[in-house]
This record gives sequence, C-alpha cells and structure tokens, in this order.
Amino acid sequence: MNDKSKIIAGLVIFFIIFAFPIWYNMFKSKPAPELTLTEKAKAAKECVRSKEYMTKNHMQLLDVWRDKVVRHDTRVYVNTEGKEFKMSLSNTCLDCHSNKAEFCDKCHDYASVQPYCWDCHIDNPKEKNDGKQ
Amino acid sequence: MENSKRIFLKIAGVSALGLGTGILTPNVFASSGQKKEAGFKKDSNALTAKRWGMVIDTRKIESSDDLEPIINACNKIHNIPEIKNHKHEIKWIWEEEFKHAFPSKGNKYLNERIKDLPFLVLCNQCENAPCVKACPTKATFQRDDGIVLMDFHRCIGCRFCMAACPYGSRSFNFKDPKEHIKPETYNPEFPRRTKGVVEKCNFCAERLAVGKKPACVEASDGAIIFGDLEDSESEIREVLNSNYTIRRKQALGTGPSIFYII
Ligand code: HEC
Ligand code: HEC
Ligand code: HEC
Repeated sequence: MNDKSKIIAGLVIFFIIFAFPIWYNMFKSKPAPELTLTEKAKAAKECVRSKEYMTKNHMQLLDVWRDKVVRHDTRVYVNTEGKEFKMSLSNTCLDCHSNKAEFCDKCHDYASVQPYCWDCHIDNPKEKNDGKQ
Repeated sequence: MENSKRIFLKIAGVSALGLGTGILTPNVFASSGQKKEAGFKKDSNALTAKRWGMVIDTRKIESSDDLEPIINACNKIHNIPEIKNHKHEIKWIWEEEFKHAFPSKGNKYLNERIKDLPFLVLCNQCENAPCVKACPTKATFQRDDGIVLMDFHRCIGCRFCMAACPYGSRSFNFKDPKEHIKPETYNPEFPRRTKGVVEKCNFCAERLAVGKKPACVEASDGAIIFGDLEDSESEIREVLNSNYTIRRKQALGTGPSIFYII
C-alpha cells in the first residue's frame, strides 16, 4: 500500500503521453494560411466556380476534368454562369493561379496533402522553364 | 368544444400547407431559375472520324534524313525524353529496317531500295488491339474512332501491354524522363510522364481535339496521308484504292490502321 505515490506518478506520466497529440497540437497548430491571388486572378474576380465550391470540391472537379479529357475526348468546360474554360490543370488552373507556391502549395502544406500530379503536369507553364519542376 | 376542435384542425391544416410550400418553394425556384448546371462540350473545330488511319508512302522517303524532322516533331510536342541506352529508350514513332518491321516478308533476293530503306513505325492503332485486352486497369482503351489511347493516370506499370503488343510500340519509363527532356524544346501544353508508367503514340488525340492533324503528318511533307478509313470519299481511301499497300504482321489478326505503300 506504500506504492500509492508511484502509481499516481505513473498514471500522470501515462496521461501526459496518452494526450500527446492533443497538447502537441495545442502549441503547434497554426491558423489557416492567408492565400495570395495573382493579379490575373484578381482581375478575373471569379474562379471556375464559386469560391465555396472550389475550396470544397476542386479535387473532385479536377478528377472529372481529367476523365472527360482523357477518356471522353471532351475538352471544354461550361460553368454555371455559361463561361467556357479549357479543361487543363497546368494551362487553366495555373494560368490564373500561377503562384502555385503561395496558393495551392500553401494550403496543401497546411492540410498535409501532397498531390502527385506535378510529376507529369508542369507547375510553371508560363515561365521559360527548364522542364524540371 | 366542437367548435374549437374544428378551428384547431383548420389552423393545423393551413400551417401544414404553408410548411409544405415553404419547403418546396426554394427547390421550385432553383430548378427553374437562372443558375444552370455546369456542362461540357467539344471544341467546334475538332476533327472526327469513324476510324482514323494512316498511309505511309515509302516512295517519298529516301533516307533517315527524311524521317528525322517527322520523328523530332513528335518527340518535341509530346515531351519525349532522349535516352540513348536502348533498353531504357522511349519511342512513339521511330525508324526500323524492313526485315524487322515486316519479318514475314523478308524475301531472299529483296529489292535493293527496300533492303536499305528506313521504315517509319509507330503504334498501329489496331482494330483488335491486344494491349487493350491485356490491360488490367483499363488504362489502355479504345475510343469509338479507333484510337487506342492510354490514360496515364490509371497506368500501374505492370507492362502486360508491352508483352501483348507484337510491334514493340510501347516503352516503359525505367528512368525518370524529367532528366532527359531538353529544356529548350519543352512543351508546356502537354504533360510529360513519370518513372513507372508505360507510354506510346496517342495518334495526337490532343491535336485532333482542336482541329489539327497529327504532328508527324504535318511534318511529313505529304509522305503520310491521314484520314477516315470508313469514309469511302476520303483522301486516304482514294490513296488505298489506287495503290497496293501492306500492313505489319497482318496475319496476327490485330487489324493495324497503318498502311505502307512500298
Ligand atoms: C503519369 C503522368 C501523369 C500524372 C501523375 C498525372 N497526369 Fe494528368 N495527364 C497526363 C497526361 C499525359 C494527360 C493527357 C493530356 C492530353 O491528352 O492533352 C493528362 C491530362 C490531364 C488533364 C486534362 C488535360 C490537361 O492538360 O490538364 C487533367 C485535368 C489532369 N490530367 C489532371 C491530373 C491531376 C489532378 C493529377 C494528380 C492527381 C494528374 N493529372 C496526374 C499525365 C499525368
Ligand atoms: C479565371 C481565373 C481562374 C481560374 C482559371 C481558376 N481560378 Fe481558382 N480562383 C480564382 C479567383 C479569382 C479565386 C478567388 C475567388 C474569391 O475569392 O471569391 C479563386 C479561388 C480558388 C480556390 C479557393 C481558395 C480559397 O481561398 O479557399 C481554389 C481551391 C481554387 N481557386 C482552385 C482552382 C483550380 C483547381 C482551378 C482549375 C480547375 C482554378 N482555381 C482555376 C481564379 C481562377
Ligand atoms: C483552401 C485550401 C486549398 C487550396 C487553395 C488548394 N487546395 Fe487542393 N486540396 C486541398 C485539400 C484540403 C485537399 C485534400 C482533400 C481530400 O483529401 O479530400 C486537396 C486536394 C487536392 C487534390 C487531390 C490530391 C489527391 O492526392 O487526391 C488536387 C489535385 C488539388 N488539391 C489541386 C489543387 C490545385 C491545382 C490548387 C491550386 C490551383 C489547389 N489544389 C488549391 C486544399 C486546397
């Protein structure tokens, strides 16, 4: 019965370790990053769809786009406003969002997502590039 | 008593109706309102056919110098890496000797010109493509217009298609192609590929979609005729009609769409 203090100390240590994810993130977690828009995007005002839709669904949209282009030979997207876009990751999305590092990457880093698209799709289509990025 | 029950039922009925329409109204407006569904369409200039095919007129070709611009046009437009090592090479369109392109036609006393002539070979866009059947993920598929296409997003690099293809038209990326694409010629309009996927000629699907003929046809100075094999009025049918042509390994029954005038 003299082990009471040891047991309590053990329990305390156990709970500290057990709750590690909670307190670790308490100091680590950052607010959602501020995204910068390029001049071109600012001038366009609107994304392909509404901002809410894009924030939530851009991955699904891109998935539909690539299926349409590659498998269904259809390359033009008409959005809800009737505006037309060429369905291309590098040449449409990154035409407006040419600041990939401050836009896509910033949010993806925050959300711990690592799209592998850039293995093949060029991420700086506008610059005189070396094809390596 | 009787009266208040009646009133209660009336009020309840009216409110239920109101609630009902309240729930219904936004939907009614949404479906008939200005906000439309997003949709898709094809480019109005897109070239279409029932079955695309090619005739390569070898009489217009004298040496490798004639083939170089054709091959380069394709390589450049599709960001094909330049890898010298034969085992790791990536080929969409390339040159081959007659005896390798047409092994069953290697006559003993073969005509001098044919024996030394470089032949242009590429994916045959087969009617009964064995690669389509071999692919376990449907990454390789056949379009309605006959083009045998690859969806690089689905390729798992199993290479069954390479084993199935009797023409060696497919290449596997053993190395990261990024390192072997010349920066000066990089085409940002077309994605490159990555280590671990197979690739082959796509009959320039991305160009047909915007109304352009394949790059090799454009660069061939008339040596390659491209068109709809099912259209009896087309130029390609006229050429096929007035010339004797052969196809590669026809006896295998794959039904190649590339014809050669010898
Ligand atoms: C193995 C290489 C590869 C990878 C990885 C890859 N793609 Fe592609 N993608 C291609 C090729 C090749 C095309 C065909 C382009 C054409 O026909 O114009 C294409 C076409 C597309 C298209 C339509 C045309 C265009 O120019 O964008 C979209 C959209 C697309 N891919 C999205 C994606 C997304 C999103 C990812 C990541 C989740 C991805 N791709 C990963 C190779 C790749
Ligand atoms: C015509 C230029 C243009 C094109 C093309 C475009 N965007 Fe946008 N995008 C914008 C603008 C402008 C905003 C900001 C909208 C706002 O704040 O209301 C935006 C916002 C977004 C957001 C939301 C950001 C946030 O703050 O949550 C995402 C995600 C996004 N875009 C992804 C894409 C993708 C993916 C594509 C390609 C399918 C694309 N965009 C194509 C202009 C464009
Ligand atoms: C507001 C934050 C935000 C912005 C801005 C943003 N993304 Fe994303 N993206 C996400 C999140 C979160 C996911 C993961 C969603 C999931 O896993 O369900 C994601 C997923 C994706 C995926 C799918 C990845 C996969 O592996 O399946 C693609 C492709 C993608 N984003 C492309 C883009 C592109 C291109 C841009 C810039 C034009 C962009 N995103 C901008 C938050 C963002």
